[in-house]
Amino acid sequence: MTTVDPQLVAQPALPARRRSGAFRRLLRRPLGVSALAALLAIVALGLLEPVLSIHDPNFADLAFANAAPGTPDWPLGGDRFGRDIWARSLAAINVSVISGLIGAGTGLVLGTVFGLISGYIGRRVDGVLSWTFNLLMTFPALVLVIVLYPVTGGTYQSMMFIFGVFLAPGIFRLVRNLVVGVRSELYVDAARVSGLSDPRILSRHVLYIIRGPIIISAAFLASAAVGVQAGLAFLGLGSNQVPSFGSMTSDAFINIYSQPVQLVWPSLFLSLLIGSLVLLGNAYRDVLAAPQGASSSSSRRRRPGEKAAAVDARMDRDDTSTPTLSAPTLSTTSPATPAGGLLRVRELRVEYPQPDDTLRAVVDGVSFDVAQGEIVGLVGESGSGKTQTAFSILGLLPPQARISANELSIAGENVIDSHRTALRKLRGSVIAYIPQEPMANLDPSFTVGSQLVEGLTSRMSRKEATATILELLARVGIPDPMRTFKSYPHEISGGMAQRALIAGAVAGRPKLLIADEPTTALDVTVQAEILDLLRDLQSEYGMGVLLVTHNFGVVADLCDRVLVMRNGVVVESGAVREIFRNPQHEYTQKLISSILDEDTVRTDLPVTAKDEG
Amino acid sequence: MSDLLTIEDLHLRYPARGLRHGPEILKGVSLSIAPGETLGLVGESGSGKTTLGRAVLGLASPTSGNITYKGENITHASKKRRRALAREMQVVFQDPYTSLNPALQISDILAEPLVAQGMKAAEARQRVGGLLDRVGLPANAAERYPREFSGGQRQRVAIARAVALQPRLIVCDEPVSALDLSTQAVVLDLLIDLQRSAGVSYLFITHDLSVVRHVSHRVAVMYRGELVETGPVADVTNTPSHDYTRKLLLAAPTADPDRQRERRQARRALQTAQ
Amino acid sequence: MISFILRRLGAGIILIFVVTTITFVLTYGANIPVARNILGPSATEAQVAALTSQLGLDRPLIEQYGSWISGLFQGDLGTSYFSSQPVAAAMGDRLPVTLSIVVLASILTLVISTVLGVASAVRGGALDAALQAITVIAYVFPGLVLGIVLVYVFAISLHWVPAIGFTPIEESVSGWFASSILPAVVLAIGGIAALAAQVRGSVIDELGRDYVRTLRSRDVSEGSILFKHVLRNAAGPAFTTFSLQFVSMFGAALFIERIFALPGYGTYAFTSTIAGDLPAMLGVTLFGVGLVVVVNLLVDLATGWLNPKARIS
Repeated sequence: MTTVDPQLVAQPALPARRRSGAFRRLLRRPLGVSALAALLAIVALGLLEPVLSIHDPNFADLAFANAAPGTPDWPLGGDRFGRDIWARSLAAINVSVISGLIGAGTGLVLGTVFGLISGYIGRRVDGVLSWTFNLLMTFPALVLVIVLYPVTGGTYQSMMFIFGVFLAPGIFRLVRNLVVGVRSELYVDAARVSGLSDPRILSRHVLYIIRGPIIISAAFLASAAVGVQAGLAFLGLGSNQVPSFGSMTSDAFINIYSQPVQLVWPSLFLSLLIGSLVLLGNAYRDVLAAPQGASSSSSRRRRPGEKAAAVDARMDRDDTSTPTLSAPTLSTTSPATPAGGLLRVRELRVEYPQPDDTLRAVVDGVSFDVAQGEIVGLVGESGSGKTQTAFSILGLLPPQARISANELSIAGENVIDSHRTALRKLRGSVIAYIPQEPMANLDPSFTVGSQLVEGLTSRMSRKEATATILELLARVGIPDPMRTFKSYPHEISGGMAQRALIAGAVAGRPKLLIADEPTTALDVTVQAEILDLLRDLQSEYGMGVLLVTHNFGVVADLCDRVLVMRNGVVVESGAVREIFRNPQHEYTQKLISSILDEDTVRTDLPVTAKDEG
Repeated sequence: MSDLLTIEDLHLRYPARGLRHGPEILKGVSLSIAPGETLGLVGESGSGKTTLGRAVLGLASPTSGNITYKGENITHASKKRRRALAREMQVVFQDPYTSLNPALQISDILAEPLVAQGMKAAEARQRVGGLLDRVGLPANAAERYPREFSGGQRQRVAIARAVALQPRLIVCDEPVSALDLSTQAVVLDLLIDLQRSAGVSYLFITHDLSVVRHVSHRVAVMYRGELVETGPVADVTNTPSHDYTRKLLLAAPTADPDRQRERRQARRALQTAQ
Repeated sequence: MISFILRRLGAGIILIFVVTTITFVLTYGANIPVARNILGPSATEAQVAALTSQLGLDRPLIEQYGSWISGLFQGDLGTSYFSSQPVAAAMGDRLPVTLSIVVLASILTLVISTVLGVASAVRGGALDAALQAITVIAYVFPGLVLGIVLVYVFAISLHWVPAIGFTPIEESVSGWFASSILPAVVLAIGGIAALAAQVRGSVIDELGRDYVRTLRSRDVSEGSILFKHVLRNAAGPAFTTFSLQFVSMFGAALFIERIFALPGYGTYAFTSTIAGDLPAMLGVTLFGVGLVVVVNLLVDLATGWLNPKARIS
């Protein structure tokens, strides 16, 4: 998980600005504005019916039966009974709008209220409510609406109410799951510890999160209710005194061979109404999902360590004093390369395109070597570009990344010109990779063994590959290799998963191993064992290792040489003892001095509280 | 000096699923914290250290045992009492990305506990500037949103929220684990400064022994739901009495190649001896 | 595993019992003048009363329900009040029609949305734009309108397919296909849009996961990553969505069969409900709920197969 998300990289530093309301952002989208305008126009047509209609919608004059559009006083023509299609359309708009309001309103109120109760209170209440709504979901809704048709007196309002009840389970599930999710957020815990009452937590922290999805659902529910009302009327349910797009369609359908134009009007209005509702819902969803959305849940899920924080330098007291992008790189970057240089990197750059078509470099001219049998540590803080450097050597950066270098040689072969294809050939056999989060790096749907075997099958038979992997699982210290081989990832511990991934990495007998924070996600006792394993395997296979880490203890344990990175630049490199004892660059000095000294323990005595005033 | 918080024989078992018993997370934990003191609680993932902190805060419900605060048994305090206890104990969580509501401005986040205790909203907002200053953030941070801050800055906001009500006890659950090395040291120093000036006590939960050495007066080592060792920080980290503590100390790599080599050999010797 | 299936089927039987009871009670409460509906307005009160008692509609609710349930246990769904045809036989006649269009629509939905979703996730660009366009069209035009447009274009103007009616597959496969394809397209189009969008989203999500990068680092081929690993992980949520769509197709058949004048389950449900033909209505409800129970069970089994974590031991 350590790659800097390109989307995040692509975000320019935000100036301090107030969050503009979601509604205002909706208005900045062409689709959002058009949908809203269309919806408002249709509703306005319906509201202005008394002014705009010439006839009563049910007034029939057989002289005008099937009158053509454009007939004076019958602007859209007459239907087969000689009723004014224009007047009927306007009246039908009102019926549709009321249907949408009743259907969506019923579903929303029931679903939201019970969803909030169920999600927030949980336990038995949740059990009973969830069971009830799941039951409701299994009812054949339309059949029941029709079954209840005589009970309800056949008014479309009551049919829509019943239909709304059947819409409620969807909203209930949505709200309940959102609330359950929010309830486990740390900031809700913090609010509780801050002494907020349950109603306040609900209104402040929970309602905010569910507001957006509910508004979106409202649009979709309303469109469903409008569609179903029209469908029911098309089937002939409901009073024939109530003009509806459904009954209009039904009337016109009879004339489909002789007067197809009559079908155009109800279809047009119905499509406009439903279409504008749906597009409005879609546009609002896009607004909420946009990166500047206040509830950017996606950014919260990212690993904190690698956040590219967007803050102007004035406020950035935590970070290093002054950026020295042009600082001279100390301790020559191109030391006399050992003859057996395994990895040779010269002036490596990794850039990501920005929204304004410029490029932003996350790795900015990095040069180093890794010799055969050597362990090189690549250290730096979040956003330093260390992981991007590692991934570019593996050829595993996302497609948007632009990579360039004067030289990128692996085992004597310069691969920079066609690095994506060339590196693909080298991966698995010449270079291998050990990731940070063992669990996330195993496919949860396949057994550990089957996915490790997969990488070997291009080189040997499945049987040989299985034997090789089993042997290696034993070699990396897994007590029962066969059992782990047949286990799914969730059935083994993080330490075991990391051992399995190491086995998979070394299975192709690579010459160069790239390990990205291989022990960061592990407990300290497991970390020690994994470090031992890496050291043993490295000397056994004579591999060169590039170890990306932020932990100086890990560096001290394993590495021969160290590269210190900051802001995409290697600021210092050298033998591990030199770097620890005699750091040259001020950034390295600062990092080393930030390491908490092991010899001093806190000695000052507790200060008793001053009397509270 | 009487203790601020005492925990006696605390057990906590997760609710049963079906017929099976839920796993027991805490198996009889006892400890105490004096006023103005930092008790470091060290353990690996799954040891129960976070659950213990949540039980103190009323976010997890113990199955048996007692939590006593200033002589009052708060093990199963009522919701109303818990809301009042917000003036006494507060929290700083590990992940500064999920512990601040992304939808609220910093000023709203900081005013929230004050308003919850009955302060007028306008008055609470006036106090925000002072709080930001105490944690070393500029006053213009008030009108910003959490996403505009780096991890270290967010953690400062979380600390400001915790000290807003001038509590006597703050549960710090891995407050620096998600931060970069250089930020870590600065935030730890901030916590120590606040403690010295206000005399607040910390229950400081962490997996990192070097952090514990830095901030704790006393240390408790937790392993599989039990405390295996408790004592002054120098004693526990220099002359550990329990095997697990020893193992933990030897497993943590030190940032010195030569000393780390010695430590590694000592760890392997301990391993073969066992 | 067996016990899980049995437990779920048991719960399903209880559910069927609950839903049919509610239907029975509600219909009883609606007081539909069934005998009058059958005999027409010219019949005398005495004739109506005689028929009412002949059909057993003058009996108390409990008794009527009891006799229906006992019939059910003997595999007898009762006889229609109107046509005097056994309900089971009538359903047997109607279901092949509805199943034809639903199955065809399901195949269309699954194939097109998978291809479209995966392709637009992997390729982006023009394909992605095409998918967005289809989504918008499918959402914006209500099924009713779409059905009418298709009938007008392909049946009335172009004469490619018959506008109405149904040809059984035993009679003529091409005739069957011609009579089923338009209703199936109308049934499928909304589902295709929703499912393709979901497949696209899950495939993009899965491609961004760490395990994909690690598989690449071990020289696993792109084809294997996409079709073996990514698709399998994306299939779970897509399958759940599809199951909901499958069930809702039977509801939508109510409208579609009317447009295309197909003598199917939807038409049967509508005509028997309007007339108050209780045995037929209960048969329809029974089938509807039974379908939901079976589909949900199949979804759970498939989810377990796809996702080892959800597997029942």
